[in-house]
Formats: sequence, C-alpha cells, structure tokens
Amino acid sequence: MNAAQQDRPAEWVQIHPLIVRIAHWVNALAILIMVTSGWRIYNASPLFDFRIPGALTLGGWLAGALQWHFAAMWLLAANGLVYVFYGIASGHFRRKLLPITFAAVLHDVLAALRGELAHGDLSVYNAAQRAAYVAIIVAGIVLVFSGLAIWKPVQLQELTALCGGYEGARLVHFFAMAIVVLLVLAHLVMVILVPRTFPTMITGGARRA
Amino acid sequence: MKKRAMKSSLAAHSAPQIQAIERRLFLKQGLSLGALALLSGCELTEDGAVQRVLTSMSRWNDAAQGWLFNPDKLAPEYPASAITTPFPFNAYYGEDEVRAVDASSYQLELAGLIRDKKPWGLLELYALPQTSQITRHICVEGWSAIGKWGGVRFSTFLERIGADTSAKYVGFKCLDDYYSSIDMASALHPQTLLAFRYADQILPPKYGFPMKLRIPTKLGFKNPKHIAAMFVTNTHPGGYWEDQGYNWFSGS
Repeated sequence: MNAAQQDRPAEWVQIHPLIVRIAHWVNALAILIMVTSGWRIYNASPLFDFRIPGALTLGGWLAGALQWHFAAMWLLAANGLVYVFYGIASGHFRRKLLPITFAAVLHDVLAALRGELAHGDLSVYNAAQRAAYVAIIVAGIVLVFSGLAIWKPVQLQELTALCGGYEGARLVHFFAMAIVVLLVLAHLVMVILVPRTFPTMITGGARRA
Repeated sequence: MKKRAMKSSLAAHSAPQIQAIERRLFLKQGLSLGALALLSGCELTEDGAVQRVLTSMSRWNDAAQGWLFNPDKLAPEYPASAITTPFPFNAYYGEDEVRAVDASSYQLELAGLIRDKKPWGLLELYALPQTSQITRHICVEGWSAIGKWGGVRFSTFLERIGADTSAKYVGFKCLDDYYSSIDMASALHPQTLLAFRYADQILPPKYGFPMKLRIPTKLGFKNPKHIAAMFVTNTHPGGYWEDQGYNWFSGS
C-alpha cells in the first residue's frame, strides 16, 4: 500500500480500475465519432425511408464522413481489443457482469422503471446494469464485424456471407448501431438519475455509502 | 465625415468604459468561435490540423488495404437471375450528359512504363481473348447492384503491351474528363477486366462505351468509363474523386 492510499479515508472504495476508466472515455469518443459519421454515410444511400438530420452528423459530406469513420475505427478497435482482453484475462467481466439470470434482470428492470432500484454499493452492478453492459459489448462486437463485412466484402467475404451477404451486413450494421445508441441513451439517463456514479468513472472510487 | 463624427463620440466615453466593451466583445467572439468549433464536424473537418490527421489516416488505410489485398481471393460471382435490372446509371454528371463516342475514330492511347505504346483500335481490342463475369458493383455511397460485364482480362492486356508490372500504378484518363488510378496488384487480379460488353451487348454509352474498367475488388468509382488513355507509372496519379478526399485504394 502506498502513501497516497493510506491518506485516503478508510471508507474509500475502488469501483473502476484505471484501465477501465481510460477505455471507457476513449470508447465514448470513438463511438461518438463512429455513430455521427456513420449517420452521414447512411444518408448517402438510406436503407429506410428516413434520413438523419444533417446537424447531428459528422464530416460535412460523404468523403469527410468516410474519413472520420475509417480513422476512428482504428481507435474503436484498438481500445475495444485492450478492454475485452483485459476484461477476460483479469476476471473483470466474470466478477462484475456474472452471473446474469433472466429472472434477476426482469426484477431489476421493473424495479428501475418504478424508480425503486437501489444503488447503495456502486462497486456491484445490479442485474439490469449487467444485462445492459453485456448487451452493449456484444452489440459493439457485432458492429465491428458487420462493419468489416461491409468494408471488405471481397477480402473478408466469409464474414460478409455470415452477415447475410453485402446488403444483409448493411442491415446488421444499422441495427447493431441502433441498439448501441439506445443503450447509450439509457446509460446517460441513468447517470443523470444517479449522478454520484459519474465522478467514479473519472476518479475511480467513492466513499462507501 | 462620418468617421470623424464616430471618433469624437467615442472620445466622449471614458477609457475604462471602452476597455470594458472591448473585453466583452473579445469574450463573446471567443465563446462563439469555441461554440462553432464544437457545433458540427463540418467546421471540425475544415480545420487544417484535423484535416491533416484525417488525410494521413486515409493514406494509412491505403497501406492497410494494400496489405490486406489477397491476389488470389475472387469476388463472389452470381447466377444470371441475380442481375439487377435496370442496372443503375452513375457518374459525376447526369444521364442526359453522357458523352457520345465515335467508334470508328476511337483509339486507346498508351503511355508511361509500357514497351509497345502503339494505340489500339476497337476491332483490335475486340479480337483479344474475351471473358465475362456476373459480379456485384458496390458504390461508395453504400448501394450495390449486380451486373454482367464482358471483356479482356486486364492482366492479359498489360502483358500484351509489355507493361512494366513491377511499377506501382496504372492510371486512366477518360473521354468524360474523369480520371482514376489503381495499384498494380489489383490491376493484375484475374477478375479485373477491360470491359467492352454489358449483358452480352456492346457497352451502351451510359455504361461507358467503348470500354470501362471492371474491377470487382474495388468500389464503383474505381471503375472508370469511356477510357481514352492509360499509363503505367510509379508516381501516384490520384483521381477525380480521390483528389477531393475519397480514399484512394477503396478496395472491397
């Protein structure tokens, strides 16, 4: 134990390790760039009968949006690899995200909707959080692979075939994006409702309640 | 006259008052500049430093795609029933501006690192060994369409004219003032064709008469139409869209 830790009040608990905090904020930036530039790319040839308002998009025009998208993809992928390898190798995922049971998720989601979900110990995720975090990790992985399938439908054609072909991969990519965006919005709402969770993602810890 | 009047009215105010106004203006302008920078990617992209990073990332992506390119990996081919009809017209101009090319006077010009630079007439080109493919054309915008193209393997033609295939690039100049270029590895890919036919018919004007490059391992805009001249070079030739910011390699 070093001097800095000794100086802290006894009830100070570590909630998010440094590597998770760095990965979280790098990911937040990468996702913001990928989603907003992706929306501009979507507008060049919309899959559905709507376009994304230009003011919400990044890049100014298709070439600019593609430059942002294919630059930030390296940030997203490198950061995601570090996070997922750390999560598996260190036992972080197992400790924080497991176990998940359907009954517990249903119970906690209903409790959250009634505004009765307790957040006493921030170091332990409730079942609704665990489900949401696993879902966004899985959706993120699907986004990366369907994106590769669209980018390289010849060189990575086996992956493209797995996504249902080129046009299928575009749909998979779109819906995985929609899931990520919805989960991020829910995440932001929860941070606003339980604001003391916010500083923990910067400092890493909190005083035990 | 007016200017002097303003000067004298300003002089009537005390110096501290003017300083306060200037400070407020400075703060206000600074804030709106900051807000503008945050407002949208449009402004961000126009910023010099950000654009330099994005451009160098695009060059990095050229290298990454060159490394990922497998010369033996074939683009999927489709049955005739999968062909998209009508096959979409696409160019940097409208369909009513398609160039009319005179077949009898047409000659393909050759330049650069090529041994035999004699121009080629259409009948000579048609006499080369012909092949065809049904492949997916993927536009950089995201849409795709399946079509059937026929012509000579580009590698056969490069061999026939004595092109230096150790050079880096093949460039194209087109009769519609379009231009583009590809890497030599993609040029030598077995599915890269100098196409003279679409759907077993002589290439109609809207699809690039008398010839287009059909290269299913790259995005649609790397398939130049109405080709007038081609050259082999080690100097990066760029392209119509590439020079405006679209990724140069644009491999599929």
